[in-house]
Parts: sequence; structure tokens; C-alpha cells
Amino acid sequence: MPSAKPFNLKQLASARSVRFGATEDQTDPTPEPKFTVSDLNFFYGRFQALHNISLVIPTKKITAFIGPSGCGKSTFLRTLNRMCETVPKTEVIGKILLGQADIYEFPATYLRSRVGMVFQKPLPFPKSIFDNVAYGIRVNHRDKASNLAEQVEQSLRRAFLWEEVKDRLHQSALGLSGGQQQRLCIARALAVNPEVLLLDEPCSALDPISTAEIEDLLFNLKTQCTIVIVTHNMLQAARIGDYVGFFLSGRLIEFDTAKKIYQNPSKGQTEDYITGRYG
Amino acid sequence: MRRRYPPLTKRITNVVMLSLTGVCAFMTVSVLFFILGYLVYYGGKSLSLSFFTQLPAPVGQTGGGMANAIVGTVKLLALATVIGIPIGGLGGVYLAEFGTGWFSFLVRYTTDLLNGVPSIVMGIFVYGLVVLPMHHFSTLAGGIALGIMMIPIAVRSTEEFLRAVPRSLRESGMALGASKSETIRNVVIPAAINGIVTGIMLDLARVAGETAPLLFTSFGNEFWSKGWLQPTASLPVVIFNYAISPYEDWHRQAWAAGFVLLAGILMVNIFARFALSRREHMVRR
Amino acid sequence: MGTSTTATQGIDPGGQIPSFKYTWVERLKKGDEVTHLITLAAAFSIILITALLVWQLWSGSKLPRHAFGWHFFTTSSWDPISRDFGALTFIYGTVLTSAIGLVIAVPLGLGAAIFLAELAPRKISDTLTFLIELLAAVPSVIYGLIGIFVLIPILSNFVVPVLKKALGFLPIFSGPFYGVSYFSAGVILSLMIVPFIVSISREVLLAVPNSQREAMLALGATKWDVTWRAVLPYARRGIAGSIFLALARALGETMAVTMVIGNVAQIKVSLLAPGYTIAAVIANEFTEATGDLYLQSLIELGLVLFLVTMIINALARVLMLTMGSHEVSE
Repeated sequence: MPSAKPFNLKQLASARSVRFGATEDQTDPTPEPKFTVSDLNFFYGRFQALHNISLVIPTKKITAFIGPSGCGKSTFLRTLNRMCETVPKTEVIGKILLGQADIYEFPATYLRSRVGMVFQKPLPFPKSIFDNVAYGIRVNHRDKASNLAEQVEQSLRRAFLWEEVKDRLHQSALGLSGGQQQRLCIARALAVNPEVLLLDEPCSALDPISTAEIEDLLFNLKTQCTIVIVTHNMLQAARIGDYVGFFLSGRLIEFDTAKKIYQNPSKGQTEDYITGRYG
Repeated sequence: MRRRYPPLTKRITNVVMLSLTGVCAFMTVSVLFFILGYLVYYGGKSLSLSFFTQLPAPVGQTGGGMANAIVGTVKLLALATVIGIPIGGLGGVYLAEFGTGWFSFLVRYTTDLLNGVPSIVMGIFVYGLVVLPMHHFSTLAGGIALGIMMIPIAVRSTEEFLRAVPRSLRESGMALGASKSETIRNVVIPAAINGIVTGIMLDLARVAGETAPLLFTSFGNEFWSKGWLQPTASLPVVIFNYAISPYEDWHRQAWAAGFVLLAGILMVNIFARFALSRREHMVRR
Repeated sequence: MGTSTTATQGIDPGGQIPSFKYTWVERLKKGDEVTHLITLAAAFSIILITALLVWQLWSGSKLPRHAFGWHFFTTSSWDPISRDFGALTFIYGTVLTSAIGLVIAVPLGLGAAIFLAELAPRKISDTLTFLIELLAAVPSVIYGLIGIFVLIPILSNFVVPVLKKALGFLPIFSGPFYGVSYFSAGVILSLMIVPFIVSISREVLLAVPNSQREAMLALGATKWDVTWRAVLPYARRGIAGSIFLALARALGETMAVTMVIGNVAQIKVSLLAPGYTIAAVIANEFTEATGDLYLQSLIELGLVLFLVTMIINALARVLMLTMGSHEVSE
């Protein structure tokens, strides 16, 4: 069976230019680290889900993690905001730094107000649109009445949802379409002004149009906020990722700029995955 | 290919037995209408405004009403709610959100045990617990007895509906920086509240009809019961006493009271079950 | 960018995190410990209440337990004057009325459950089940009311005469019938426990996997055959469980029984004679009991009732949990 070629830069560039009008490679040579992960090992009970992960996630870029199902990329994402702790009998060995600070040195609830997360399935709370967005603000005790409505509006604008819902802020969020609900979840996460936004396969439950809307949103958001996205869709990672990491069986096989991964991957396994040998 | 027909005897048995099951089902359901019918007929005949507004007439005399029993039942149920729901509801929250291991098992086991206690035995318990130390019967004792009877179902219902809230909803709440208890309070419980409230309504309807535990706790009262520390009349106990009495008029009133009691209980039941099944339909969509 | 206030500063990529402290109010609101404690207290109080209940029953029956010992269960006398108390009469009455109740309710309830689970189209089955479950919500005292004024006249005027004509030679149908009797109590009990049997058995039957039915149908069996030979055997433990649960309920039933059984402390073979049950005697004589031995004997009866229902409920639960597991070996 002939081996397919990996994506070449031209394909990559043209894919990006069609969507975002960029023709230059967007990654710069010495990115500032946002997350520094050293020798991370993660256990569910006796099962080791992550083996010796070390990487640096750069500030204000989009970092995408790809890999087949069950490879640990979602698990890894959840260690970044300590959501892994909500499951009993888990153990984290290794160090994760947010900026210069070890994330285990302050309360998990505080960490999560700095590192937001959006999940795969759009899950608005059974409340009004306004209350959904305001939830994070209230819970982090930043709600001064005069300011709250402004904060809510701003978050909705950043999520490109304001125009569509401004007239029905107090209606139930459950009445929105799937794509709108996911953007609401993003607005909800943005409302606390996190420096990092983690997204776990945010578009897998959405149609292509909503997916494109969210990708646009993320692309615009990265100037304000570091974005880490896990996706099972390689092409999505190619479209919007500045840096890409490839996970396989709980190990980080390769982590580099998107251009490098897609054009000229160093590891054979990466190349196999990219060219669709398995998925 | 020829189809194999069952022999005639088998086919006859089939029809006969299946028809019998239909008859059984029909007969069972008809008991409900039977009971309702008699209550509506005899009870409805005897209902009047005085039933709701007057105190019982002296023994042997006709007339009078059950105002004190109605108020008594309301007071007892109010007290039962105050006792049963916090303990039962919070216990259910514990089991659904915090509990693990042997302690949870113990809690569940004792809850089931408490649920199976015959209501008359519950009366004995509260008699020893409250009535004896106080040296008299009281509304308080009756309310405590009914409240304790409410606990197991409140626990079960709360736990069930809290568990039904998807894990991912909780995670969404926590990922925004809310602690576990904040998430429970602001996200999980509101999501489950419909089911929980209906469960409580059914619970209340169940204890509203209980008579045995009241026989030696709130006991009874021909007059108004003031406050919470005096014995009080209650609908179920009055129905019992009047029904076994030799007085025709009291029988009449027992029917009326039975009608009122059953009507209230059935209405709550119908409403609550209907609301619950509608929720199921919505979730399935 | 939005505005940040209070204690939460952004973390600069190159800078240090400022020393972070929640205010004490924030800590309280966030405090998982407090919530955990409160709910734990509630859960613990349930255990406490149950323990108190058992202790009350045990210590409240000290006198007769010491005075009579096991003799309590073999004596049929119940005499406040000579202060000789025995539970035999009431045990007899409780068992007899529950047995009558089951004999009537089990075929009726099982038949109805089969109809609702196997035969009736979904909508009819749901509606009928809803109505039958409403029946379970009818309070005991209302059943008692119907029992006194409706059931007993019907039994007196129609059922018992026929019964006596046909089967009057049997000792269980001998003697005069005054309305209040074991038989009446048994019948009213059956009406009360039928909804439980129907409801639980129906769910049990619905839980039987379709593969069981399909296997037999493919062999050309009739629907009844399938039910009788495949579904029921598979479900037998669950159905047994439902019967045990119904039995536990019947044993503890107080009001309806005491209103129609006659409340006479005697042991008679004839079902048409009046009698007494444990729950009924407690209900009637508790507030009139003179002297500690009398009262505590009643409490001991309550203890007995509690223990018996506890055991039967536990058995029922075990049965229902192990339903279908016997199929693995077949």
C-alpha cells in the first residue's frame, strides 16, 4: 500500500488563508510559556493513563492536541485545571506550572477561575442565558450589581453571541440551538476572564457551520487568551492550531509547531496518524 | 414451508388464561372506582359547610363538623414537613454527593429499615420518646411521628433525582471555579428540584392518611387544640373513631371526612405523578 | 478585557502569583467542609433515630421478657386481671389474616400483572398501572370505612351464605357469621396489598429480557405458554420478592384490620369467627393498658412485629436482587 504524503505547507497555508486570510506562518520562534509541564504521570487507581509528559504551552497561541480515542489527550487537558481531582482514586505525579506558580499551591477553585474549560457537549445550566453567563462571576464573588450586566454583555460579545441573544437574555438557555449553546458555554467560561481557555472537543457535537463559527471565535480569541484545544479532528487542528501535540497511548509522541507536525513530522507514528493510517 | 399450529387444546388454554388475566386486571382497577364511588356518594351527600367550620357536637347529638380535625391534620403535616424534609433531603444529598463506603451502606440500610417499620410501632416509639417524658399527648408528638415516617422516602427520592443529574453538568459548574458545595447548591439541586418536590408531595400525601401512629401521640381532641403541646384531633383518627361508633350521624360524618381526605390525597398523587411522567417525556426528547 | 476586582489578580506569565487568600466569608461559602458536615449530620441522625427506635422497643418490653421469656409466644391467654399475657392469639390472627389476604391477592395481582406486562398495549397498560398505583395511595382507614359499611354487608348478604351452602361442612367455614371476622379482615387486606403485587410484579415481568420470550415463540408456543413456561420461571424470584413485600405490609396493617376483625382475643379455626391481630390489639388497648406489665406486653408485641417485618423485607430484597442469576447455570 503506497504511503500517502503528509500535508505540505502549501496545503496548510491555503487552508488557513481561505478561512483567516493569513499567508505567513503565525508562530514565532521563542514563545513565552504559559503552562510548563514536567514529567507528568497520571493514574486512575492502578492504571497509568499518562506517562512522563513534558511540554510547554505558549502564551496567547492556540495549542491543539490530537490523537486517537483513548490516547489520554482529554485526561491531560483535565490535569491542567485539576478537574481530574473530581474523580476519586486519581493520582498526579509531576509538576505543572502556570506561569511561575505550581498549580497545586493554591485552591483548585481559584485555579479554575484562571483556567477555564469548555466541554464536548454543550451543557447550559437550566437557568436563563443571563444567569448562565453570570454564574461564574457570582461564584467568584466579583459581582457588583452595576458591573454585572456589563460583564455579561462583554462575555457574550467575545463569544460572538451577543447579537443573537441580546433581546432574550432572561429566557431559558435551553431554548438555544446546539451551536448557540456551545458559544454560550464559551461565554460562560470567558465571563471570569481566564488567562487560559481549555476546550475538550468543543465541536464534535456540532454541525459544520457551528464548528466554523467556533473556530473563528477561537482564532479571534487567542490574542486575549491562551487557548488549548483537544480535538479528534486533525483538520481542525491544522486549521486553527499554532502548536500541535500528538498523543498516543498516554504518551506525548511529538509536540511542535503546526507547520512542522503536518509538513515534516519527526516521528513515524505521527506521520502514520496524520496520513490516516489509523485513527 | 408449513406453519406449525399449536393444537386446539393449547389454543383454548391460551385464550382462557389470557382472558382471565384481563379479568384480574379489570377487577383490580374496579376496586378503585368502587371505593371512589362509595365515598363520593355517601361522603358527598354528607358534606356541608358546617363540616368545614364547626366543632363536633356532643356525643349522641347530631350536627357539628370537623373543623378542628381539619386544622389538626394541617398542623400535623406542617410539623412533619419541618422534621422530615430537612433530615430526609439532606440525607439524600449526603448519599448522592458525599457518601462512600460502609457508612453510606449503613445509612441506606437503616433508611430502608425505617421505611419498613409498621406505623403502629412508630406510634409506640414516639410515645416512649415524647409522650411519656411530657406526660401528655400532643400535636408535637404526632408531628414527630409523621415526620419520621416521611424521612425514608424523602431520602430515596432526593438521592434518586440528584443522581439523575448528569455528571458533566456538575463538571461544568466546577470548571468555572465553584466548589463542590456551591455546585451542588447552585447547579445540581436546581436541576433536580422538580423531581425532588414531586417526591416530597407524594411523601406528604402518604403520611396524611396515616392513623395508627397518631393514636397514642396526638390522640384526639373534641375541641380546638391550641399551640403545639396539646392533643389534637385529626381527620384520619376522627374517621376511625366515628366509623366504629354506634351513632348513625357519626357514620355519616365519617364518610364525609373520608371523602375529603381521599380527595386531597388522590389529587396530590395524580398531580405529582403526572408532573413526573411529563418530565420524563421532556428529557427523552 | 473585563475588569478584575477583589483578591484575584491575574497571573503574569513571568511574574509571581500574589499570596492568595480567600476572605473568611468566601471560605465559608466555598467550604465543602460545612456542607459535608451538615449532610453527614442528617444522615447520621437517621441512624440515630432507628437505633433509638430499636432501643425503645427493647427496653420498653423488659418486664414481660423477663417474666415470661419464650413462654410469651406459646401462651394464648391475654388476661389483664391475672396479669398473664401471651402472644399466641395475636400471632395466630396476624398470620391467618395475612394468609387469607395473600391467597386472594396473589392470583389476582399476578394475573393483572401478567396482563399489564405481556398483553396490554403500552398506553392501556400505563393507564391501568397508574390507576392501580393510585389504589396504593388510599389510606388504611378509608379501606376500613369501606370494610365496615360496604364489604361486611356484601359478605354477609351474598358471599358467606353461598360459601356456607357449598363449603359449610368444612371447619374453616363453620359457625355463625356476624360480619366482623378473620375472613373479612383477610379480604380487606387482600384489597390493600393487591396494588403492591401488581405494581412490583409488573416491573419484574417487564425486566425479563425479550430473548427469553423469543426463544419459545420461535418454537411455535402460544402466548400463554411463553408466559407460563418462560417468563414466569425466569421472574420467579422477583415475583416471590413482591409477595414477601406485600406480606410485610399485610402483617403491619392496623386500621382496616381492627375495624373489621372484631377484636376478640380468641383462637378459632373458623374463618368466620372474630379474632385479633398484633397490630389491632396494640391499637385498641395501648392507651387503656393498666399497669406496666400490660403496657410492656403490648410493646413486646410491637417488637415482635418489627422484627418479623424486618426479616421479611430483607428476604424480599435479597430475592429481588438475585432475580435471573439462577439462569446463568441453566
